[in-house]
Amino acid sequence: MSIAELLEGKRICVCAGSGGVGKTTTSAAIALGMAAAGAKVAVVTIDPAKRLANALGVEELDNEPHRVEPERLAVGGLEIRGELWAMMLDPKRTFDELIDRVAPDPARAEEIKANRVYRELSTAVSGSQEFTAIAKLYDLDQEHEFDLLVLDTPPSRNALDFLDAPQRLNSFLEGRTLKALIRPTGLGMRVLGRGATPLLGALRRITGVDLVSDLGTFFGLLEDMTSDFSLRAAQVEKLLKASSTAFVLISSAEQEPIAEAIWFHRTLEHGGLPFAGVVVNRVHHDLLSGSEPEDVRPALRRTLGAELARKVAENFHDYHVLARRDDRNIARLAQDLDGEPLLLVPQLDDDVHDLEGLLRMHRYLFASGKQRERLIADLVA
Amino acid sequence: MRRGDSYAPVFARGARIPPREVTRPPDASDEDDEYGPSVGPYSSRSRLAHTPARGRPPAPPQLLCAPVPTLLDKRLIFVTGKGGVGKSTVATALGLLAARRGLRTVVAELSSQERVQRLFGHKGEHFQEVELAPGLFTISIDPEHAMDEYLRVKIGPLGQALGSSRLFQAFAMATPGMRELLSIGKVWELAQLHRRTRGGGAYDLVIVDSPATGHGVGLLRTPRTFAEIARVGPIAHQGRTIAATIADRDFTGVVAVATPEEMPVNETLSLRDSLEQEQLALDLVVLNALYPVRFDEQEVLELEGALSRSRSRLSRSALRAALSEHARARTQREQRARLSEGVDGRLIELPFVFADHVGPDELEVLVRVLEDRLAMPAKGPR
Repeated sequence: MSIAELLEGKRICVCAGSGGVGKTTTSAAIALGMAAAGAKVAVVTIDPAKRLANALGVEELDNEPHRVEPERLAVGGLEIRGELWAMMLDPKRTFDELIDRVAPDPARAEEIKANRVYRELSTAVSGSQEFTAIAKLYDLDQEHEFDLLVLDTPPSRNALDFLDAPQRLNSFLEGRTLKALIRPTGLGMRVLGRGATPLLGALRRITGVDLVSDLGTFFGLLEDMTSDFSLRAAQVEKLLKASSTAFVLISSAEQEPIAEAIWFHRTLEHGGLPFAGVVVNRVHHDLLSGSEPEDVRPALRRTLGAELARKVAENFHDYHVLARRDDRNIARLAQDLDGEPLLLVPQLDDDVHDLEGLLRMHRYLFASGKQRERLIADLVA
Repeated sequence: MRRGDSYAPVFARGARIPPREVTRPPDASDEDDEYGPSVGPYSSRSRLAHTPARGRPPAPPQLLCAPVPTLLDKRLIFVTGKGGVGKSTVATALGLLAARRGLRTVVAELSSQERVQRLFGHKGEHFQEVELAPGLFTISIDPEHAMDEYLRVKIGPLGQALGSSRLFQAFAMATPGMRELLSIGKVWELAQLHRRTRGGGAYDLVIVDSPATGHGVGLLRTPRTFAEIARVGPIAHQGRTIAATIADRDFTGVVAVATPEEMPVNETLSLRDSLEQEQLALDLVVLNALYPVRFDEQEVLELEGALSRSRSRLSRSALRAALSEHARARTQREQRARLSEGVDGRLIELPFVFADHVGPDELEVLVRVLEDRLAMPAKGPR
């Protein structure tokens, strides 16, 4: 099965996975391939390699998708029938835009943006990338400009952060819990009754009065906007759960990322999020076709001489240690997926961070079952 | 409550104490000030291991007048880097090395994944200090437990009540940065001579297996951020204290782990820059998973020739695999050169491990390599 089949009829493709497995390049290769097939595609990337950013022309952070000039893409010999657009996410800017959008008037928006709590919230703090990535995705979807949006998720060690962090930040913005604690006259206090008073006292003792009052000011500013945040959060959740959305998990064939992918897959299913398939990068395919690595040395001794043949055999042996490892890990994953799509991309000679690399990756991602078999057979022969 | 009883900092002023050459006050812990007892990092260390240099030969003469403590002389080391580069492995290998040199060492994980324990075949034990090997401990820190502990120690029974309040839990965990502050607060606690955790023994060295960096130094910045937001009060105070500990370069070290690939190298270089903005610096870069160079250029030509002539499937596969690995090894060397130049040669290399996964045997190999490389005097200015 090719990735194009997985994404048929989809408007959003979220590429998720643990760190260092090739999410950014896979997202870009998917977007490239879908554009080649005729769609108008935007890839929202977080932090592309410089050369890849250059290749796509997104080195500027202006937070809007730009069309990648067809001439740039023409070099690889791939015909682009649709359009490829790319953007690099600027979390701070996305956050500001969100405030502009939900604030009742510009003056209030400016006041919020100048607030200290807000400034920290929108920049330094972890979770803001995840939160803004989803916010941007939602806005782009609302604009209906594109046939397909491909989202490269922020770099994190734990794939689940991507789902958790926005929710956390959102519940903070909604601020219900906090308001209950800091506004003695508010509805929250009435509901909680007197029980909240020691809580408030303790909170002040722990956080310091300034923090509490700063937060108070911040939420005061957000006062009549919190229902907008809740509404948006609900809409975003609806969007992520829609049947037109596809979560594609990206992994490498090593033990930890595979375990992470298995866990993430289960979480998606459990949460009712639309899972489309797994892409496993950097797979060491078995090249032995039934022989043993030990057979290499005698086979090559005459042509290469004893010493060089020994080194080639040693290299081949090491390669197959990794091939057997990958095989086992992928089998584990396949068992968990129970027939759901699993796409393998072999270990390429170079790590992928430019257009050429994308094209090489694209070949494997967009190959049909038959073509893929041929490509793998080519690796061997 | 007496200040000395609080969760308050022991090392608040550590940063301001001139390192090394200052003679240790006879009993610094009696000396209270506004932040609590001021104990310099070296004085505290000497309580654990009686000689500060711990029996190692003196450092080679340096051009700078101050003696430069080597990596394992620090008390707190953050191991950081992009996802998937082997941070846990490097942190553990470093921990094992330190433990064998007689330092009571703990490797603290902040990602709730208990990878360090699993390297030793342990099942995931949560928020417990588990001994993995003689002198080597690990703990998996999660913010929820850290908060419970903090509240218990800081405000007693009321704190405990607060900790069990779902409302409060929800608020604290949702407050941006609070999770990081609580986690790093626990790390800081581990590095204290007088542990607040009941029954907690003092450590000579705390190694933090930090979460993936992304681009910044988020975790290291968090305490300062909180100090700035809160300005006054215990959180601001705690934030400042931890920030001072992190800023004390004799006390705290930062090790970046990278693999010789474009992205991890970029990330390490930008980490170097953002650390500089925070007046911190990289103490060491570990270049992990470097492929061996098995063939010279003449041999590569021979392999290419043989590939074009060979018709045996097996031979062709083997020759292809050799040429393919060679191509990767070559690009790895380019990345290594780029990284090395960017960090003034403060770089040590670990070999690629051809194994199913990194287990005790593989770890052993890495510990040995690390030991050799750390023994060599570091090149370049600090």
